[in-house]
Amino acid sequence: MLGAALVAVALAYLGLFLVIPLVAVLAQAFQNGVAAYLAAVREPMALAALRLTLVTAALAVPLNLVFGVAAAWAVAKFEFRGKTALVTLIDLPFAVSPVIAGLVFILLFGRQGTLGPWLAAHGFQVVFAVPGLVLATVFVTLPFVARELIPVMQAMGTEEEEAARLLGAGGWTTLFRVTLPGAKWGLLFGVILSNARAMGEFGAVSVVSGHIRGQTNTLPLHVEILYNEYEFQSAFAVASLLTVLALVTLVARALVEWRSEERGIAPGPRP
Amino acid sequence: MSIEVKGVRKRYGDFVAVDGVSLVVPDGELVALLGPSGSGKTSLLRIIAGLEAPDEGQVLLEGEDATTRDPRHRRVGFVFQHYALFRHMSVFENVAFGLRVRPRASRPSEEEIRARVMELLKLVQLDWLAGRRPAELSGGQRQRVALARALAVQPRVLLLDEPFGSLDAQVRQELRRWLRRLHDEIRLTSVFVTHDQEEALEVADRVVVMNRGRVEQIGPPQEVFDHPATAFVMGFLGHVNIFHGRVEAGRPARAYVRPHELDVSRAAGGDGGMWATVRHVSAAGPVVKLELEGEGASVLRVDLSPERHAALLPRVGERLYVQPRRLRVFADEG
Repeated sequence: MLGAALVAVALAYLGLFLVIPLVAVLAQAFQNGVAAYLAAVREPMALAALRLTLVTAALAVPLNLVFGVAAAWAVAKFEFRGKTALVTLIDLPFAVSPVIAGLVFILLFGRQGTLGPWLAAHGFQVVFAVPGLVLATVFVTLPFVARELIPVMQAMGTEEEEAARLLGAGGWTTLFRVTLPGAKWGLLFGVILSNARAMGEFGAVSVVSGHIRGQTNTLPLHVEILYNEYEFQSAFAVASLLTVLALVTLVARALVEWRSEERGIAPGPRP
Repeated sequence: MSIEVKGVRKRYGDFVAVDGVSLVVPDGELVALLGPSGSGKTSLLRIIAGLEAPDEGQVLLEGEDATTRDPRHRRVGFVFQHYALFRHMSVFENVAFGLRVRPRASRPSEEEIRARVMELLKLVQLDWLAGRRPAELSGGQRQRVALARALAVQPRVLLLDEPFGSLDAQVRQELRRWLRRLHDEIRLTSVFVTHDQEEALEVADRVVVMNRGRVEQIGPPQEVFDHPATAFVMGFLGHVNIFHGRVEAGRPARAYVRPHELDVSRAAGGDGGMWATVRHVSAAGPVVKLELEGEGASVLRVDLSPERHAALLPRVGERLYVQPRRLRVFADEG
């Protein structure tokens, strides 16, 4: 009885906050028919925003993958001073508002910023350009890979690496053939979450973007502009692209979870 | 290949794990490092493997100083207590790993690897499980895969850390006899760590008894058992009865007697015995175990042969005269 009630509450909650908005997005996107939807999605500015979003994610995710692996390796396998500080620092982007993160980059690289004038003198523009978008995205997505990997790697312990070493494997061989494959589901999970956030990020990116249409507008920013210009149908059409992306992420995530449980290997303690 | 350890010392913070250990493992021998937990036996094994660096002292492999040699190049086979199999690889790939990571020049061909791995899996009687993942195997099977993996690189020394520690009693017994037979077959210099005295005495050619980071005694199992060098060895290798308060050369000392070295009778015998009250008789098993209460509530354990028990038939509550046939005296420590 209580169980059924709790399930009902959970389903009603999910329906109210997840399913109805999702349906609303799609309904709005198609309110003027499929032709109008396709036109909005194929519009050059929308395509430019889509391209920029993909480029940003394609740069930010690998950067954080490398950093995440290095950080997780250090935290999970070695004892050193300042380890707790490092773990706290990794979590910092979760604690800081994305808008503040964006502002930090403006302060650093903006025209009045600390490094801005020097960079400008050498022909680099960071703020209101693609490098700024990538930096801001890297900042907000920094914790994901490391966060997912650290517990998996810690649960693995160090014996498999020691065994590999005694069998004659060098450091890189051990990393690529033993450590990472052993933690691959954690790794994949981190990449999926990192990618979802990179493509969906609004706050930090909005601050450093400058909203130059066709140049520094990512998909979320483009949606906002369309919306503010009362182009509701177009706004929702473009938003539906992000929604599809979110759904793909969810499915990928479910697949990873299902596969990793199926195999009975990480994440989780050894049998 | 022989192993020699010279004056090795290792501390972790304030804890001295290995405190000046020297020992020699001759070529082709199977040696047990025996001691309670915290006695430094695993630390010593890891130092020999190169997984830990000693603070002081040397490790010589085949007479060559290997103290600073990377474990990659020591050609040491190591079997971990919890197997440490590569969880994402099949049994076959686990065993093949050491061959596959060799530099291209010395790496065997795919057919050679296949032949070698299958030969090793046959040796450990697991060739029918080559395609399985470690998670699908039992503890004993995993341990044998770990052994095959260690042997694949043709190590010059085999080191085993509590190899049977996480197995249940029956598998444990089977596996340790099997390990002994395997050793007799391949004659690879081997060192294994254990806290189980029965295991050490049954399997090893030579036993190194360790306590608090130091070596208490080194010798063949029978010598260590029959002629313990210290009170610790005596106590660790089996049950003992301790007689207090005797004086040896003017110093306080204790006499140690094993349960099977005590005689009981209804009449007072010669010197050195005492009267004690029977508290418990346990007649199940190959020996009959008696528990008696002696002077000052001290507990005495006596093992009787079934024949002796049948002749005497001691009853609970009865007073018997207990006399040691043989006793060993050690001066009080400290």
